[in-house]
Parts: sequence; structure tokens; C-alpha cells
Amino acid sequence: MRDSTFKSAFSDRTAKTFMGVLLGATLVVTLLNQFFPPDSPLHVSAYTVTLLGKYLCYALLALSLDLVWGYCGILSLGHGAFFALGGYAMGMYLMRQIGDRGVYGNPELPDFMVFLNWDELPWYWQGFDQFWFAALMILLVPGLLAFVFGWLAFRSRVTGVYLSIITQALTYALMLAFFRNELGFGGNNGLTDFKELLGFSLQSDSTRVGLLIATALSLAIAFVLCRWITGSKLGRVVMAVRDAESRARFVGYRTEHYKLWIFTVSAILAGIAGALYVPQVGIINPGEFSPLNSIELVVWVAVGGRATLYGAVIGAILVNYGKTIFTGVMPEAWLFALGGLFVAVTVFLPQGLVGLVSQRWAALRKQFPPKKTNNDTLTPAEGEAP
Amino acid sequence: MSALDNLRDTFRRDQVFDFMRQGTRAVAPGQLDSGSGKNILYLEDITVSFDGFKALNDLTLYIQTGELRCIIGPNGAGKSTMMDVITGKTRPDSGTCFFGQTLDLTAMSETDIAMAGIGRKFQKPTVFPEHTAFENLELAMNGPRGPWHSLFTRLSGEQTNWIEDTLATVGLLEDRHKVAGLLSHGQKQWLEIGMVLMQKPQLLLVDEPIAGMTRQEVERTGELLKSLAGKHSVVVVEHDMEFIRSIASTVTVLHQGSVLAEGTMEQVQNDPKVIEVYLGE
Repeated sequence: MRDSTFKSAFSDRTAKTFMGVLLGATLVVTLLNQFFPPDSPLHVSAYTVTLLGKYLCYALLALSLDLVWGYCGILSLGHGAFFALGGYAMGMYLMRQIGDRGVYGNPELPDFMVFLNWDELPWYWQGFDQFWFAALMILLVPGLLAFVFGWLAFRSRVTGVYLSIITQALTYALMLAFFRNELGFGGNNGLTDFKELLGFSLQSDSTRVGLLIATALSLAIAFVLCRWITGSKLGRVVMAVRDAESRARFVGYRTEHYKLWIFTVSAILAGIAGALYVPQVGIINPGEFSPLNSIELVVWVAVGGRATLYGAVIGAILVNYGKTIFTGVMPEAWLFALGGLFVAVTVFLPQGLVGLVSQRWAALRKQFPPKKTNNDTLTPAEGEAP
Repeated sequence: MSALDNLRDTFRRDQVFDFMRQGTRAVAPGQLDSGSGKNILYLEDITVSFDGFKALNDLTLYIQTGELRCIIGPNGAGKSTMMDVITGKTRPDSGTCFFGQTLDLTAMSETDIAMAGIGRKFQKPTVFPEHTAFENLELAMNGPRGPWHSLFTRLSGEQTNWIEDTLATVGLLEDRHKVAGLLSHGQKQWLEIGMVLMQKPQLLLVDEPIAGMTRQEVERTGELLKSLAGKHSVVVVEHDMEFIRSIASTVTVLHQGSVLAEGTMEQVQNDPKVIEVYLGE
């Protein structure tokens, strides 16, 4: 009956509205960028296009966190790690695409390896000159890390704040590791100076627009995927685990399998977000593993509203837009504003902006009930949900 | 591989020892093996201690297949701890706990125990508060439990009917789309009993089923429990003597972690030891 399939998740109203707004806005931006000359007031600059692309990557990341936090109650404070790993996998591919156009002109080795006097490519860089391989790693590396980490954590029944702390430790440990030159990922500077992606120059406007469109499409598909998951029985079990884990166990569910499943899927989505992010900002460095990033991510989802999916997307876009404005005006105050926002949302809007809007909407509907039309005769009886 | 399997099969306990054979029925390892007329649950010499306090002290108790057993006892007698041991929530320090002839409950996880056919209703009603009554029963419904299966599964008409029948049995058909957190205390109790029923258990453990219920609801609960006995084995823990008298065939009295008396309600009530425990202090 109400169990969603991937196909039905496409046609439900929320998904349609979401995709309509997202893809419509992307289309408008694309047209304004491509068909209006730079001096026209309607022109959207390449800078704005990239900025929007970045917001959508963050939105995808927020979506992935909402899946584990909002629906399964796992507050991951290390989701930035999966984002960064996906980003590094993409960065490695982009590095290999530079070829002999680097500063040192070495066709085989990226610049930083020449600088470190390395003679040959380390084994774990093999294969990254192929896009399909890099794409596979973008999914596999974050997914595998989440699987192993989750398997250990959930099997030992680590929950609540303890789990949050070890996820935080995970991303912090990865940051320290990636800062080291010996690890072979460019150390402090990370990977940068990218030239092209699949043969398209990253500097050209059309590639930037293409990346925006790719990000928007990925976000739309990820949204439908998440709608499908949360609308299926699996989604209901996951929510049951969130609300009453031991009850779920006594009913016969292996709750650790469900947590592991949703955690891994979420990490893969985060990895995809990171991979889309890197070509748009042109750099990936260990700073992306910083615990602060993961905490900011939690704030986006909290501000937007948990367990609605679109709330996370709205939160990510709004907070990051705020950040762009704010850091332009008074950069030193941004962290205070962010902290204040988090406190305010936690205290006054436990369900986020989306919760506030739907509350107001419900209140309005009560005050001004919609007029009955002939079509309304199917209204369910008192005490029965639609 | 097949040679190894053959070897295993040859040396299975019930192959080697004739008396372990259940008539002509062979039971695969991991499946419940309870011949009719025999016991379904064997608790032997179970001891559980928390920081030196013995919650269960050499408890030995057998539950027969299809019987309705009531367990009473003053606070701290170990009733809930016993339930915890059976469902795998607490591991005994010593003693054995077998479900049927072959399943060692002390070596199984909570999930495995639930899947083997033991359903439990907790003292404090625990339902999934954000799900509707219908969804609560759907989640409890007997069937495959893996994440991939539940991603692709869809409710069949048969399953929907089954859920609605159970909703009718526990009197929640009207409220089936109500979120469980909004149900009254008594309704939650009923919902949880319904969830246990959906698991199709062989053995039902029911902890204080009538707390917070009205007189009529109590009567209906008693009838429901009585109707379940026979098909299922039912163990009820209750304080309400009136209620127990109305449903019980056999009563076991627990005191300080072990069995004090066992018999019909009449016998137990006239037992001087029981009287002393309940009235002496």
C-alpha cells in the first residue's frame, strides 16, 4: 500500500515539488549565464554559478547527514570525513589529468611528489588516471570506511554521545594523517592546480555551468533515493531503532545491521557530494577533515529541520548563503553568529525552520479552513489520517 | 564439504543418543524442538547477581508447552530478571536455560531469541511512539528481517488483513492510524500485546499486562490470554491476585530469587510459606 518503490518515490508530490524547484532554478541560472552578455543586468556571473554549485554540494552533504541523524538518531560529528574522502578521490583523478602541464612538467608525477623527490607513483595512486576507476573509488572509499567503522561501533553497541565523540575523533585523526607529506596526498597544501575534468577545461564558464547541472541532478536523484528509503519498510525500521532500539531488538530486528546499512549509504552520498565539490572550488586539502566542518554541517541540518530531507537542503543553502554574506561584512563574527544560531534553533525551534513553517501553516489552515468543494467529499472521517 | 556435513550429521546429538529423537521428526539445528506434552522452557539452577545481590538464586522452573502460567511474588523476587534471562537481556552467572530441547538461550542474542519464537511484553509498555498502531504491528510482523528485504518488500493484501485482524483482536481497529505515542496507557498495553502476537511466538512472556487498564479492559485481557494458551505457551507476571485467580491454572510464587511454591491458586494461597512472605512482614 504505502510502501514506496524507487519509481513511486519519483512521482510523489514532495519529490516532484523538490525536483521542480531545484531543476527549474538550475535551468534559469544556466540560461541567464549562457544567453545574456556579461554587461547585461540579467547576467549571472560564473562566480555565482560556482557558488550555487557549492551550496548544492553542501545540500547533498546535509541530506546524507539527515538520513543518519534525522531518521536513525545517529548524530555523526564526523560526516565531513566522508565528504573529504570523496573529494580526495576526485582530486586524485584531477591531479592525474594535469599530465605534463604541471610546474615541473613531469608527465608521470604530480608536482608535490616531484618536490618531495619521489621517483614513482605510489601504488594507491595507480588507476586514478581513469575516470571510471576514480568514480568507483568515490563511492567505495567512504562507503568502506563507514562500513568498517560502523561495523565495529554498532556491533559494540556504542550509541549516543559516545558515538558522536568517536566519529569526531575519526575525522580528526584523518585530518592529522592527511597533513603529513609522507602519506602522499600533498600534505598541508592538498591537491590543487587542476586543469580539466573529462577533457573539459575547469576554467571555462560552460564547464562550471555543467558542474552546477551535474550537482543539481545528483542532488535530485539523491533526494528521490532518500525518499524511497525513508518511505519503505526499511525506513520505518530505522525510525523504530531511533525511537526504541531495544524494542526493535526484541521484535527480532538486528538493529546494528540497519544502522550499518543507513550509515554506509549516507557516507557514500557524502562522498559523492565531496567529489562534486572539489572540481568547483578547485582544491581539496586536509582542512576539509576539520571537526569544525562536521559540526557546521550538523548546524545546517538542525536549522533546516531534521527528518524531512528537504529541511536539511534548505538549511544548508540558507546557512551557507548567510555565511557568504556575513563573512563578507564582518568575517571575525561569523563563528559567533553560527554558534548563536545553533543555540537559538535548539532552544526555540527544535524542529527547525521547516517545522516552524508547517506549524504556522497548520495554524492558518485552522483559522481559515479551506472551502468545501465537491471534490472534498473524500475527506477522511474524524480520527482517521489521510 | 559434503563429507564434513555427513560427519556432522552422523555425530549430531540426537543421532548418537536415541532418547533425544523426537519421534520420527528430525529437527534441524537452530530450530525449536518441542514435542507435544513436553516442556517448552527449561530454567535450571539459574543464578544472577548484581553487585553481590542475588536477583535470582538457583532458580529452577519448567514451562509446559501450551500452558498458561502465572508468576507472582513480592517486589524484588526476581520476576523481571527471570524475563530478562529468558529474552537474553541479562546473562546468568550460572545455570542453564533451554528453549525446547536444543536451543541454549544463554548463548543467543536478543534478536535470535525473538526470531526463535519468544515474544515479550514489557512491564512498561514499549511501542514505537512515532509510528501508527498499524505500522507498529507491521514492524512486529513475523517474516524476514534483513535491511535489503525491507527496502524492497511491499505489504501484501494477506498481510494487511492479518494486521487488521490483530488490530481488531486488541481493539485498536478504530485507532489504527493514530500515532502510538498518543494512545492511552491501556491501549499501549494492548498494542504491545498485538505486536507480540504478530511475531507468532511459541512462548509469550507477558509482564504486568493489566496495569493502567479499566475493569472492562482487564476482563478482555484475561479472555485474550486464556484464548492464547493452548496454541501458545504463555507466562504472565502480575500483582493483581483477582486477575490471576480469573485466568490461572498453575501459579508459581517467586521469593528472593527462587521458587517458593507452585500449584493451583488454592494450594498456593493456603501454603503457610506463601502466607508468611505476603502477610508476615
